[in-house]
Amino acid sequence: MADIDALIRRLRSELGAEQVITDRQELRTYECDGLAHYKVVPAVVALPHTATQVAAVVKACVAAGVPYVARGSGTGLSGGALPHAEGVLIVTAQMRRIVEVAPADERAVVEPGVINLQVTKASAPHGYYYAPDPSSQQICSIGGNVAENSGGAHCLKYGFTTNHVTGLQIVAPDGDLVRLGGRALDPPGYDLVGAFVGSEGTLGIATEVTVKLTRLPESVRTLLAAFGSIDRAGAATSAIIGAGVVPAAIEMMDALAIEAAEAAVACGYPPGAAAVLIVELDGPAAEVEAQFEQVTGLCEANGAFEIRTAADEAERALFWKGRKSAFAAVGRISPDYIVQDGVIPRTALPEVLRRISEVAEAHGVRVANVFHAGDGNLHPLVLFDARNAGEADRAETVSGAIIDLCIEYGGSITGEHGVGMDKSKYMPRMFGPDDLETMQLVRCAFDPLTLSNPGKIFPTPRLCGEKPGSDLRERFPGVEVF
Amino acid sequence: MGVLDELTRPAKDDDHVGGAPARLVAAPGSTEEAAALVAAAQGLAVVVRGGGTKLHWGPAPRELDLIVDTSRMAGMVEHAAGDLITVLKAGTPLDDLELGGQQLALDHPPGATVGGTVATGASGPRRLHYGTARDLLIGITVVRPDGTITRAGGKVVKNVAGYDLGKLYTGSYGTLGLITECVFRLHPRPAAHAYVRSTAPAQAVPSILAARVAPTAIEVDSATGELAVLIEGTAEGVRERSALLGKLLAGEITDAAPAWWGLPPWDADGIGMKLSVPLSKVPALLDAGATVRGSAGTGVLYAAASGITEVERLRALCVRGGGHAVVLTAPSPVRDILDMWGPVPGLALMRRIKDQFDPAHRFAPGRFVGGI
Repeated sequence: MADIDALIRRLRSELGAEQVITDRQELRTYECDGLAHYKVVPAVVALPHTATQVAAVVKACVAAGVPYVARGSGTGLSGGALPHAEGVLIVTAQMRRIVEVAPADERAVVEPGVINLQVTKASAPHGYYYAPDPSSQQICSIGGNVAENSGGAHCLKYGFTTNHVTGLQIVAPDGDLVRLGGRALDPPGYDLVGAFVGSEGTLGIATEVTVKLTRLPESVRTLLAAFGSIDRAGAATSAIIGAGVVPAAIEMMDALAIEAAEAAVACGYPPGAAAVLIVELDGPAAEVEAQFEQVTGLCEANGAFEIRTAADEAERALFWKGRKSAFAAVGRISPDYIVQDGVIPRTALPEVLRRISEVAEAHGVRVANVFHAGDGNLHPLVLFDARNAGEADRAETVSGAIIDLCIEYGGSITGEHGVGMDKSKYMPRMFGPDDLETMQLVRCAFDPLTLSNPGKIFPTPRLCGEKPGSDLRERFPGVEVF
Repeated sequence: MGVLDELTRPAKDDDHVGGAPARLVAAPGSTEEAAALVAAAQGLAVVVRGGGTKLHWGPAPRELDLIVDTSRMAGMVEHAAGDLITVLKAGTPLDDLELGGQQLALDHPPGATVGGTVATGASGPRRLHYGTARDLLIGITVVRPDGTITRAGGKVVKNVAGYDLGKLYTGSYGTLGLITECVFRLHPRPAAHAYVRSTAPAQAVPSILAARVAPTAIEVDSATGELAVLIEGTAEGVRERSALLGKLLAGEITDAAPAWWGLPPWDADGIGMKLSVPLSKVPALLDAGATVRGSAGTGVLYAAASGITEVERLRALCVRGGGHAVVLTAPSPVRDILDMWGPVPGLALMRRIKDQFDPAHRFAPGRFVGGI
């Protein structure tokens, strides 16, 4: 066992005592991220204020042979920032400086702790915004977005975080500060920015991020269409895409999700809807008007029984309020729930949703569906009551079966939440041993000692210094599974 | 040596890469055959060849035993129109794609293949709107230098499972393995388009962006002093937006692109460079006195350099401005004394990646940055 006390002394002298937390009660604040099923109290928490301090912490960890995990706002939903019981949790939330907004270059340079929405707010006076907007954009940090390659409702048209990051300063797993990319595109050499984004903290820690800014659209139009069945809403979605329209967002909610949203925020969706679609178009005004009429017609042709058009920003916000609060709202109708995140080819939506409801029924649990219909990114909410014996297990079974369905239909085990520690066990169902080994070649190039967020993504680590082993408790000493 | 004997033929006069002659050429017909070939070719230096349109880009290989030609690995495996994706074999010529009302929005020279476009990370005018191969590639199959077949990504647009290795292979110049199959996201083919052509200087670019007309491409050409903007969309939208832009730039609205659109500005035997700068530095590049042409909306442009002095001058200008300048092609005597790639941040990590994927450095040795 490494001499953690010596490491703590070194961290205190590098950072200052107030930036190093060792009190057991205070440490508990950091025992999980947004996935609260798993909890691990870290040995120590470091709160660096600068890239140099992050590098100093990592160097100290490497010298002591102690693992470390980076954490931003802690909103991740796959346990990507789950601490290591014998390791250091490096919290970048204090690094929240917007270094520069450079509209002339269409870039902003920010520290990793900057909140996603703040980038948009800082860019708006210049006529720009930051396009990737996870539902948690009011609280999630850019560093976390980079780690998880976060998405959101606007991915179909605007892409994910990876399409909007042009430069990084990272602390590589050996503690060196390295600059990758910058404001200009296509830097020579391997696309290390592309490899780093979405690597979930296993290839190092981002300490500065250069992002693309997107010109604010001239016009935004939003409609809400209510359908008597999920199939009809799915058919409308297909018709819209088939007509060559790429909306900024197409979101779908089923009856149970609508019920939850109504109970929580009274969003006033059309009564009796088995499914609602929220379709948002943005771009030049003339373009948007023409396509908006087209989309309205396609929803009608596919059986929408009510279509509402947002007349102003307040009404648009109300449409979105139900959708954006759906996860939290489910808490009103169910004491416990699992948020699943999987992807299927969009055309398989009706069939997969039918099979999900069959699986749910067979196991006696309810599933509410809220999802990004345009790109097939499902977020089934598997409801259960932990007080009832066996119900949590049944929910877990249904949740796993949904992931199997995603794989069966040629999709993915995660569209935006990441693999983290939660889904590492599913990785071999999606990728063969050779595919996983190839990914770990990159890991070994960056982090041969496997100290940077160990145990995440890969069910069985490759031999580049880390001991093989797939038992959860071996990989996460001290883990408590709830 | 069974597979090697079966699949290879002796090289002919035109089987060379940047002047380096090969000994053998093989054209496997499938991913599995390619894997068997690569596994049997341990000890041989390998360069992959697609349509050959960019084979002369980059330094010549240090050694060359075997050219793996992808022309027999061609064709569309799948086109799922409703899901806006296609699966293509690496040797498929991009000219041959039949995607109905959809398109794979990658600009390319005639004869370019899927694999070559991805391996070089090549791009053209429409990258402003659609992105590049890096952005459109969502899944990939590669034969590693040890002969292992490996896949990354998938067939859905939204997917964050595991490392995004497609990004790493894109623009890697065949140094990490042999790309055999690619999955791309597609875009609907726009109903209408128009070009707005003017002699407005590049300083007009910010005003084009500010006009919020959502251009697909903004191209400039210093030789003719011309600026051209491509507008795409619905018939009505295109009419309205191009009219607005035409007024703003005092330009002419046409159906056809200028003759120079999307073409490299250098002669076949000249020095060709790719320059990349932050947007605000584009006007300075156009004033640099060289023949510069390219995407003023993204800051990625191409230059014909008259000699080594000019290469160094342009590179210094780009690097000072926070960008970079790569020599893509040059005549042999110049090529031998030029630093074609220029300064490369993160090189130590790149070397470690190469060492992991190709420990014996057999794939395209010396063709990539830092002698990789």
